[in-house]
Amino acid sequence: MRLMKTVLCLTALLLLPGLAQAKTVKVGVVLTYSGGAAQFGEQIERGMMLYMQQHEKDLGGHKIELIKRDSKRPGGDIAKNAVQELITREKVDILTGFVFSPNAMASAPLATQGKVPMIIMNAGTAWIPSLSPYIARVSFTMWQSGYLMGTYAAKTLGYKTAAMGYTDYPPGKDSVNSFKMGFEAAGGKVVDSIPMGGPREVPDFTPFFQRVKDAKPDAFYVFVPAGNHAAAVVKTYNDLGMKQAGVTLIGPGDITQDTQLQGMGDGAVGLVTMHHYSADSERPENKAFVAAWKKAYGDDTTPDFMGVQGYDGMAAIFHVIKTLDGNIDAEKAMAALKGWKFNSPRGPIMIDPDTRDIVQDEYVHEVVKEGGRLKNKEIGKVDQVKDPCKELKVGKCGE
Amino acid sequence: MVNVAVSIIFDGLAYAMILFIVSVGLSVTMGLMGLINLAHGAFAMAGGYVTVKLMNVFGVPFPLALACAFVLVAVVSIAFERLLYARLYGADELDQVLLTIGLVFMAIASFTFFFGPQPQPIDIPSYLTGQVDLGFRSFPTYRVFMIVTGFALMALLWLGFERTRIGAQIRAAVDNRRMAQSVGIDVDRLFIVTFAVGSGLAALGGGLSVELVGMDPTYAIKYLVFFLIVVAVGGMGSIRGAFIAALVLGITDNAGKYLWPEGGSFFIYALTVIILLARPAGLYGKRE
Repeated sequence: MRLMKTVLCLTALLLLPGLAQAKTVKVGVVLTYSGGAAQFGEQIERGMMLYMQQHEKDLGGHKIELIKRDSKRPGGDIAKNAVQELITREKVDILTGFVFSPNAMASAPLATQGKVPMIIMNAGTAWIPSLSPYIARVSFTMWQSGYLMGTYAAKTLGYKTAAMGYTDYPPGKDSVNSFKMGFEAAGGKVVDSIPMGGPREVPDFTPFFQRVKDAKPDAFYVFVPAGNHAAAVVKTYNDLGMKQAGVTLIGPGDITQDTQLQGMGDGAVGLVTMHHYSADSERPENKAFVAAWKKAYGDDTTPDFMGVQGYDGMAAIFHVIKTLDGNIDAEKAMAALKGWKFNSPRGPIMIDPDTRDIVQDEYVHEVVKEGGRLKNKEIGKVDQVKDPCKELKVGKCGE
Repeated sequence: MVNVAVSIIFDGLAYAMILFIVSVGLSVTMGLMGLINLAHGAFAMAGGYVTVKLMNVFGVPFPLALACAFVLVAVVSIAFERLLYARLYGADELDQVLLTIGLVFMAIASFTFFFGPQPQPIDIPSYLTGQVDLGFRSFPTYRVFMIVTGFALMALLWLGFERTRIGAQIRAAVDNRRMAQSVGIDVDRLFIVTFAVGSGLAALGGGLSVELVGMDPTYAIKYLVFFLIVVAVGGMGSIRGAFIAALVLGITDNAGKYLWPEGGSFFIYALTVIILLARPAGLYGKRE
């Protein structure tokens, strides 16, 4: 009897910690909440919150505390200060967010020094994950869309010549470099490369586009940040009558972002882009995701690629918390993230164990008009694309 | 080659017209009262928002919305002039700069508060979209419209300035305020009229520029530099100066971006420096 009691007591003691130790995991979120880029912060945050609402009960009693900071603009300085404060004062367990590449680049050394896992939900410059062993990326790399678009434009669309225009900051250069490499490897020729202002303000694109129109290439590959830049690109393309002049506008999906698409008007019809997500995708997982989104945020809203990245990023954070049972340790968290697979609304995704970068399907989209609204129609697909920049060891990706 | 030149001049002209329409009022009021009104861009921004909101919320047609923007902002600007600016005539330049830059930041904050940080969409009427074929090549309709409007305004202002009594009074006051006052010209009243018309023109320019450069709460400060450059290069108080300066700067900026995109907006600044080194009072400014 006495033995029985002792055994019971011991068992209870052993079980107790497991039951009682519900942890609160502090997640520092660095996003753009103000200025022209506020819409990106809102998209990503809505994606994150949607996943949290749907899966809160799966955390086994652990809680997530989000500590939000505004990185405002692409310069990197404000984001870096925010990350410093999040690590030293708030003592966050995980960092996430990062809309613009320079913000992620400036923050990377702090993640290394503070040993904090950093899950990137947008910033797409190819070599970002190489900047810190604690970075994992759930969004995309510019090379996935750029390089593949180059191959596709030359091989499938049969274009011989192309001009390139880009917003002059790291992901812009990345995107056009990758397009050029893909396009020229497949037999095309890039005839012009035009920097078109910076990411902070939308420039008047007319002189740049006019220059391309006068040069008459088969295709004009454009990278600009999603959002207002993208809307202005399509507008300028139409105003100048470039389609009639025989110059086709192509690019990464940033230029036909779902949230901007309806505002672009019929001029967007016929645009061909390469991207990892479209809200119009027929996948059942995506239909459920879009329906849940509209239920949560209103019928007139739509997720775009940033929304799904926020959603998937939160799924990754959940995976880490569950795997480590709430005790976040940077090394163990990274081990849990390496090789993590998830059936995302965009398709199956995985974190490459070698590069900590995302592996995902890329889709060729064409803008069509159906039932009075514009949509990104899937006309082609490339399965499970690893970042071509690291695969081909180009420049900084090879280091 | 000819085609390239036509492209550059045409697009540059359209851009120059915005610079001219917004800046001309600033130039004249600075010449007249020596008042440095950095908040001038805020009036242009207000005009842009009035235009967009009238069209999107109340369905007012574009030309009427522009006219409303002109009148509304002109009237409101009189209140500002009487309540705030009038206290600073003759004050030193630092005070004027501090007051008016303060107004700019307040405008940015209030517009963000009421309308959000995002750029305002504008749906210009279909007769202004697309292309017009001028025989030898086609041009974007809206830019043609901008250029025609700009030249028409220039003609109208020139007539008003050179051929009317009030225009003569303004010219006299710009040349020598004391003398004008002593021959019985009511310079204060003159200034209110000029200030209101100048602000109204800024509003018109703001409304016209939404389609070309977009409209968000930072507009007031984003383009301030360009407006000031036009005034400085053209010479304070000169309509002709503002027009020529806007043309030169608009076309140079466009040529730079077209021919050498890597250079960014380097040319417009380089040109400004060169012109001001050669003529510190601007192209048509009077020397002190």
